[in-house]
Amino acid sequence: MPMVDIDWLKEHVEVPEGLTYDQLAKDLVRVGLEEEEIHRSTVTGPIVVGYVVDCVKEPQKNGKTISWTHVDVGEQYNATDENGNKVPRGIVCGAPNMAAGEKVVVTLPGAVLPGDFRIEPRKTYGHISDGMCASERELGLGDSHDGIILLRDYGFTPEQYEALKPGDDAMSLLHMDQPILEINITPDRGYAFSYRGVAREFHHSTGAAYTDPVVELNKHVPDLSADAADPAAKSDVEVAVEDNNPIHGVTGCDRYYARIIRGFDPSSPTPNWMRRRLTRAGMRSISLAVDVTNYVMLDLGQPMHAYDLDKLEGPIVVRRANEGEKLTTLDGKEHVLSPEDLLITDSPNGQRASRIIGLAGVMGGLYGEVTAETKNILLEAAHFDQVSIARSARRHKTPSEASRRFERGVDPQLQPAAAQMAAELLTRYGNGEASEHPTDLNNAPRAKSIHFKASEVKRLSGLDLGLNTISDVLSDIGCKLGGGGNGEFLVTPPSWRPDLGEPCDLVEEVARLVGYDQIPVRVPAAAAMADGGLTPAQARRRWVANTLAEYGLVETLSYPFVGDEDYKAFGYDPEATKQVSVELVNSLYGDRKFLRRSLLLTLAQTVQRNLRRGLEDVRLYEIGHVYQLDPNAPAIPALPGGVRPSDEDLAALDAGLPVQPDQVAGILTGNAIDSGWLKEKRPIDWSDAVEVVNRISDRLGAKLTLDQPKAEDAPAQWHPGRMAFVALPDGTRIGEVGELHPHVNEALGFPAHTAAFELDLTTLLASLDDKPFQAKPVSTFPPVKQDLAFTVSDDVTAAQLEAVIAEAAGDVLESIELFDVFTGKQLGEHQKSLAFAVTFRAPDRTLTAEDTESIRQAIVDKAATLGAQLRA
Amino acid sequence: MAETLRFDADEVTAQVTEGIEKIQQASSTEELKSLRAQYAGADSAMTLASKAIGSLPADQKKDAGKLMGKLRADFGRAFAARETEVKAAEEKAALAAETVDMTLPVDRRPLGARHPLAKLMEDVQDFFTSMGWIIADGPEVETEWYNFDALNFGPDHPARQMQDTFYVKGDKARDAAGFVGSNMVMRTQTSSDQVRSLIKHGVPLYLACTGRVFRTDELDATHSPVFHQCEALAVDKNLTMADLKGVLDKLAVAMFGEGAKTRLRPSYFPFTEPSAEMDLWFPDKKGGPGWIEWGGCGMVNPNVLKSAGIDPKVYSGFAFGVGIERTLLLRHDINDMHDLVEGDVRFSEQFVMGE
Repeated sequence: MPMVDIDWLKEHVEVPEGLTYDQLAKDLVRVGLEEEEIHRSTVTGPIVVGYVVDCVKEPQKNGKTISWTHVDVGEQYNATDENGNKVPRGIVCGAPNMAAGEKVVVTLPGAVLPGDFRIEPRKTYGHISDGMCASERELGLGDSHDGIILLRDYGFTPEQYEALKPGDDAMSLLHMDQPILEINITPDRGYAFSYRGVAREFHHSTGAAYTDPVVELNKHVPDLSADAADPAAKSDVEVAVEDNNPIHGVTGCDRYYARIIRGFDPSSPTPNWMRRRLTRAGMRSISLAVDVTNYVMLDLGQPMHAYDLDKLEGPIVVRRANEGEKLTTLDGKEHVLSPEDLLITDSPNGQRASRIIGLAGVMGGLYGEVTAETKNILLEAAHFDQVSIARSARRHKTPSEASRRFERGVDPQLQPAAAQMAAELLTRYGNGEASEHPTDLNNAPRAKSIHFKASEVKRLSGLDLGLNTISDVLSDIGCKLGGGGNGEFLVTPPSWRPDLGEPCDLVEEVARLVGYDQIPVRVPAAAAMADGGLTPAQARRRWVANTLAEYGLVETLSYPFVGDEDYKAFGYDPEATKQVSVELVNSLYGDRKFLRRSLLLTLAQTVQRNLRRGLEDVRLYEIGHVYQLDPNAPAIPALPGGVRPSDEDLAALDAGLPVQPDQVAGILTGNAIDSGWLKEKRPIDWSDAVEVVNRISDRLGAKLTLDQPKAEDAPAQWHPGRMAFVALPDGTRIGEVGELHPHVNEALGFPAHTAAFELDLTTLLASLDDKPFQAKPVSTFPPVKQDLAFTVSDDVTAAQLEAVIAEAAGDVLESIELFDVFTGKQLGEHQKSLAFAVTFRAPDRTLTAEDTESIRQAIVDKAATLGAQLRA
Repeated sequence: MAETLRFDADEVTAQVTEGIEKIQQASSTEELKSLRAQYAGADSAMTLASKAIGSLPADQKKDAGKLMGKLRADFGRAFAARETEVKAAEEKAALAAETVDMTLPVDRRPLGARHPLAKLMEDVQDFFTSMGWIIADGPEVETEWYNFDALNFGPDHPARQMQDTFYVKGDKARDAAGFVGSNMVMRTQTSSDQVRSLIKHGVPLYLACTGRVFRTDELDATHSPVFHQCEALAVDKNLTMADLKGVLDKLAVAMFGEGAKTRLRPSYFPFTEPSAEMDLWFPDKKGGPGWIEWGGCGMVNPNVLKSAGIDPKVYSGFAFGVGIERTLLLRHDINDMHDLVEGDVRFSEQFVMGE
C-alpha cells in the first residue's frame, strides 16, 4: 500500500508547519484513508558526510583487494593523533568504487544500522577500521550493494555537491531520520493511490488549500486539435487497438497516449530529491528514464512505461494474446499467455503486431525496455480495462504497482498530463527533447451523470443538511452539478472517481466529508417483528449444550478439516468417503483438504491434543456442522447480482449445496468417576455414552431409543458388540453411541473402552413438537410394588423385554426399573436373567390383590411372546 | 426373706444422700444406671425403707411416708438432672469423635464447561432477541452467489480477491467469469446470510446471524482460518445511519460495560454504501481506555436489496459485523488465538458455564 511522505505531499496541498506523521494519519483516517503503519527510522547516527583524503589499494591473500583509506569526517568526528591534532579517520573499505577524492557516507562508531547492526572500531586486514563507508543496502535505502554510496552520483547539482562538507549529517541529507506513513486504500478509491489523490483527501479532511497538478500540466500539453485539422501533421507513432476478445464487451484499452523524447542522455543521474522520494516510497532507483515514469505514477496515479524507441517498429498494436503465445517479462519470468491477456506489441519487418513488448498494464517485456544506451524514448500512458488487468495480474501472479492502480481504476483524462510531466522531467534532467505531436487514441467514455435527490442524504445517513452544504461538498470532490431546483441535482462525477455511480455513493461522500460523527444516534424499534426471539430449535440447541456441560463434558469447537489420516484411524474407506465429502481447492492443511461428515473425526483430533498434553479423563463434546456432499447434485448456476433470481434459480442454488446438518457428538476417555481420596473409581465404558444420550433425550423429552445391530452390521469405527444406533420414536436413526473400536483407540492413542456418541441434532430438534407438554394427574392411591425376574434368550435386549412389560401393564404401570442382569450355567446356554422392579398404581382406586394378579398374568403372557419365562 | 424389715429414718436418709452425691459425680450413662440400681433398685435402702413403712406404728407411718416421698423425689430430680448432663456430654463426645476435615476435596461428578466462544455467541444473540430481533444461521458451504454476487461483489470485483476465500473443488459449474469450478466457497462472512434471510423472511426484517466463517489465514496469535462473526441486518422504511449508531452503541455497552461506545470512520465494503469501519471505546482496556477496531458496517447497498427483490427507493437498511473472537480476546484479556481454537480443556474450564 502507498507511502505518504509529508515533504512530497506539500507539492499539492498546503501542509501546516510542523505537521507530524501521527497527526497526518489522524487527518487521513477521518476521510477513510486508514493508517497501515508509521514506519519509523531504524537507523541511529552518527552517520555523516566524509571526504576520502587518501586511498591505498591492498591486495589480500584471499584474493580480495581492500582499500586502506583516511576519511575526513569533520572537526567533531575526526580522530586525534598523538600530538592532540584532529586528523582523518582510518577506515578499511572493501568496495571497488572507493577512491580518493570521493565524498561518501560514513557510519561512525555508535551508529546502529537496520537489522541492529552496530558500528564499532574493529581490527581487520591489519588495520583498525574506525567506522564504515556505507552502501545503500546497509543503510536500508535500497538494494544496491555493488559499492558504497558515492555522493557525486546522488543527483546533486554541482553547487549542492560542492557545499557538502565533511561531518554534515548524512541522515537528514538522505532523509533517513524521517518516519513515513503507509496507508491502506480501499478498492473504491483508486485515485488515492497517488499524491494527487491523497493531497485532495488531506484537503477534504483539514480544509488546507489544494492545487490539482493536472490543471497546470494540461496547460502545457501539446494541442492536438491543430494536428487533427492538418492532414500533413505526423504524430509520434502509429497506434492501433485491435481487441478481438473484449471482456464483458468492454474494450481492453480505451485510451493510448504515446509521446516521444529524443536526444535523451542515458548517463544522466536521477536527481537526488527524486531518488530519495522513490526510495522512501519503497521503490528502487533504476535509471532516470525508469525513475521518472515511476515518479509520475506515484505522483499522479498514472502507470507509465518507457520503451527504447529505436528498438521498436511501428505500428504499436494493442491486442489480445493468441493461444500458446509466450512472454518473458521484465522480472525475467516466462508466461504462457491466455487469449484474455491484453498485450502491447510492435510490428518488426512489417509483420503487424507480431512482437510482444509488454503485458498491458501489468508488466513490460524484456524486449524493448530502456537501457543504459537508450537515447530515444517512447512514453506510454494508457487507460486499460480494470477487469482485464485484474485478471491478467491474477492469472500470471504478477501484481505490480501498475496493475494495482489499473484494477482499481485510473483517471481516463489523466494521460496527456502524465506524459507532459514525464516529458518535462526527462527534458530537465536528461537533456531530452519532447515531441510536440504525441499520439492520442482516445475512446474513453464520458462519465455518466447521476440524478440525485438531495433528500437521499437524510434518508440514508440521517444527516439533516442544507442544499448548499450538499452541493458544496459535491463540488469540492470534483463533481459538476446541474439543476438544484426542487432539491434535485444532475451530478457528473469527476473523471478520477469511477466509483461514483449511484445516489448512495454521493450520500457517502457528503456524510464522510461532513463527518460521520455529526450523524445523530437513535435506537430503532423492531416492533414490526412479531416472531422475534429464539426459535424453539435455537432454544433447545442451547439446552443440549448446557446439559452436556452440566453433565461434566467440556465443549470444544474444532476445525472441520479432515483427510486420509483421520479416515484411516476411524476405519473408513478413504476413496468412498472422499466421493461424498466436500473438498477444498486451497486447503491450508495439506492432506486435510476435506470437510468432515462426522464430528467425531475432528473431535478426536482435539481429544488427542489434550491427551498429548498430559491431561487425563478427557471428556469433550461439540455442536457443529457436518457437510454431506451429494456427488450427483446438480451444478450451481452463476447468476448476476443485483437482481432477485427466479424461484427456480433460487432452488437450483440450494439444490447444488451439500446438506449441512448440525451434529452433537462427544468422546469420553479415562475414568467416569475418580474421586481421589474417596476411593471411588470406575473407568469409562459404553454405559457412560448411553447415559449422556439419555440425558439429552430426557432434557428434550425426545424419547430416543437404542437400536442395537448384529455385530457384523456395526460400522467399522465402533466396537461391534458395544454400539447401538440412536433412533427417534418412529425408528428413524439419527446417530450412534457406544465404545470406539479397539483399532480406533489404538490408532489415536486413546485409552481402552473410550466411549462416544454422535447425533444429528438438526433432525432431532426438527422431530420435536412445539406444543405444550400435556401433564398426567398425580395419583394419591397406594402403590403396589413387585419384582419380576425373567429368563430369556440372550439375543433379546433389555429394551425389548421392558417394552412388552410396559405394554402389558398398561396405564397402571407407574415405573419399571431393571435392577439385575445375570448369566450363569444354571440358566442354560445363551440364556440370561433380567429382573425388573415394577410399581403399579391406579389413578382412581386402590389396586386389589386380584387386580395385581391379573396384571402380573398379562405381563407373563406377553413376555412369553419373546420366549421369556418368569423365574420362580 | 428372713430378715425383718426395719425403718431407720437416719440411715435411709444417709443412704439416699450418699446416692445423690454419687449420682452427681457420675460420668456416664452406664454408671448412672448402676447407681440407680444400687440406690433406688429393688434391694436398695430406699426401697427397703419404703416397704418397712407398712410395719411401723400408725402414728409414725405418716412422717415416714412423707420422708420417703421427699427422699424419692430428691433422688429422682438429682438423677434426671445428672442424666441430662451426662447424656449431653456423651453426645458431644460422640459427635466430636465423628469430626471430619470438611476441606477435603469432594468432586465425584465434576462440572464440565461451555466453550467461551459458543457462550459469547449466545450472549450476543440474547442482546438482539431482547430487542425483538430474530436469529438466523445460514450454510457454511455457500454458493458464490450468496457470498459474493448478491452482496454486490461482481465476478471481477477487486474486493472479491482480497477476501482470501477457501474455494470448494468441483468441475461441474462455470462462474460468471467463465472459470470452471463448483461455484461454492466456504462463506467468508456471515453477511452471506443477508440475502438468504431477506428472501426468506421479507421486509421489514431485524435479524442477527452468528456463526462460523472461513478465510485462508494461517493460524497465529491474532488470526485463525476458522473464526466466528455476528452479523446484524435491519431493513425497514426510514432506517438511517443514526439507527445503526444507536444499535452499535447499545451492543458496545452490552459487551463491554457502561462507558463503552463506538465511532465510525469512512471505509468501503461492496455490500454497504455508505460504509464505515467501527471503532470501540473500551473503558477497561489494558493500559488505559482507548479506541480499538471492532468491526465494519454501513447502509445496505441498493444492489443487495435488489438481489432480494426489495425496492431500495422504499426500503433502507443497515448492516454490521463484529468478530466474536476479537470481542472475546478484548473482554477477557486473552493474548493468543491458539487458546481459542485448540480446545485445551484447561482454557474452557476457566470459564465454566460462561458468565
